[in-house]
Amino acid sequence: MTDLTRLTAADLAERLRSGEVTSVEATQAHLDRIAAVDGPVHAFLHINSEEALATAADVDARRAAGEDLHELAGVPIAVKDVVVTKDQVTTAGSKILDGWIPPYDATLVEKLRAAGMPILGKTNMDEFAMGSSTEHSAYGPTRNPWDLDRIPGGSGGGSAAAVAAYEAPLAIGTDTGGSIRQPAAVTGTVGVKPTYGSVSRYGLIALASSLDQAGPCSRTVLDSALLHDVIGGHDPRDSTSLPEPAPSYADAARAGATGDLTGVRVGVVRELGGEGYQPGVRASFEASLDHLRAAGAEVVEVSCPSFSAALAAYYLILPSEASSNLAKFDGMRFGLRVEPAEGPVTAERVMAATRGAGFGPEVKRRIILGTYALSAGYYDAYYGSAQKVRTLIQRDFAAAFEAADVLVSPTAPTTAFRFGEKVDDPMAMYLNDVATIPANLAGIPGLSLPSGLSDDGLPVGFQVLAPARADERLYRVGAALETRLLAAAGGAGVLADAPELETLTDTTEAAR
Amino acid sequence: MSTINADEVARLAALARIDLTPEETDRLAGDLDVIVQSVATVSEVAGDDVPATSHPIPLTNVLRDDVVGQTLPLEDILAQAPQAEDGQFAVPQILGEEQ
Repeated sequence: MTDLTRLTAADLAERLRSGEVTSVEATQAHLDRIAAVDGPVHAFLHINSEEALATAADVDARRAAGEDLHELAGVPIAVKDVVVTKDQVTTAGSKILDGWIPPYDATLVEKLRAAGMPILGKTNMDEFAMGSSTEHSAYGPTRNPWDLDRIPGGSGGGSAAAVAAYEAPLAIGTDTGGSIRQPAAVTGTVGVKPTYGSVSRYGLIALASSLDQAGPCSRTVLDSALLHDVIGGHDPRDSTSLPEPAPSYADAARAGATGDLTGVRVGVVRELGGEGYQPGVRASFEASLDHLRAAGAEVVEVSCPSFSAALAAYYLILPSEASSNLAKFDGMRFGLRVEPAEGPVTAERVMAATRGAGFGPEVKRRIILGTYALSAGYYDAYYGSAQKVRTLIQRDFAAAFEAADVLVSPTAPTTAFRFGEKVDDPMAMYLNDVATIPANLAGIPGLSLPSGLSDDGLPVGFQVLAPARADERLYRVGAALETRLLAAAGGAGVLADAPELETLTDTTEAAR
Repeated sequence: MSTINADEVARLAALARIDLTPEETDRLAGDLDVIVQSVATVSEVAGDDVPATSHPIPLTNVLRDDVVGQTLPLEDILAQAPQAEDGQFAVPQILGEEQ
């Protein structure tokens, strides 16, 4: 019998439609897989078996009754724990929200429920999405299915690892500086950061409001496109939600899957490559450029000189916005409340004691950095200057998109690194996001897909960037490259090279 | 550019309402000093003629009609409060004795 967890979301949806399998079978298969491998991987913080199976049974009954269902109805999904889910614990990876049960659903979760997609559980992440490795989760790190001694990327390492380990065919991530794309790169999966405003931010626990964007995680480009079609669209509850209707991204992915990119201009960003990028990453990137040329694309070089200041601007804008957004964790209305050990119990002192006990080291680091950047006397030099850099980066993108329809780069400078390698060196950790951050600063969409393996045997991510509101180009170019890479590899995707995880049923040692 | 020492971290932590241990304060002073030196370059990149961008996609704010919308049930909100009383959040005293 087919292992239902190995199917793509599109394949599974087709089998559900034809009646070959039921959603209860598919959902149970994924819950079983989670039970078998998630001990060591730790992609999930909370499992939602009962409600997921109830949703699946409901979809099966409605399908049996002949109801016209959504294309992805019955396909299970994992949701990053920064997205609020009504009546299901949501922590954002923080002790300050330990056990918090939101009274409402995020808009994108409402859309998942409306489409009839069972929610398997909530995935692990760096606390409040601050990090590139999940080492900053208050609940322990997620491990990379390719090598359990290595990071799965971050902040959305749980969502990427869940998809890579066949614990879910699809997952929701959020991307503030690369938190969907960098985990996708280091786990050999696909991840998309849509145009800012393409997916509603209502119900996302905000990190940096002018940068945050939710998006799909999957094993194929088409699957991400299908999920983007579900969660996208205007939301009156998000004032930054784009009002205009979006085209079908699945159609764009299917058009791209023919492998023909005749006439498409692909711009290689000179500043996102070269020094600091692992040789194996560069080699994989170059090989993908050859595939794009073979597909008929015209590959040109473009320059974005202001990108050299992007990382610095990002690490001022993000902490500044985060320090403001996280002020709501005050111990008064929800979440943790800690009273000071001594002295008067005033609201101010309770707030400080609560935040001292409830926030982890990286969150404290960034809130205090943001407080500094916004404080009197420094505002113009830091936050004000960073916002000007943002303008320069937007101008660089505008000029580059005059010369090219899409821009490309490696998604991350290195493959997955080992736990502990960078956790004590904040600047080294921050450099992981050097190629993904410019898109967030400019609000443009970006996609990462696996381009192969580096010389260390670990997966490499290939990033495609498009102008704002032109997300369909990501799917077309991404699917075309995916088709060419699959053909070159004899039909096997990058994940086929990942080692099989030990499962609880075939080892007693894992039961420790 | 200024440097960030332990006293400055303690001042910022008080502004941000985060209790820090002395060890955390010392450690953050070291970390933040490195980070601030690294990001300080932003002030040298853009001249006075470059406008600031606060928001990636230019949109005009739209106000909805002033009609009663849906709100969440009170009991659902208070169920997650650290402490509630008489249909309200129960909070510690706001001002200290000396105030």
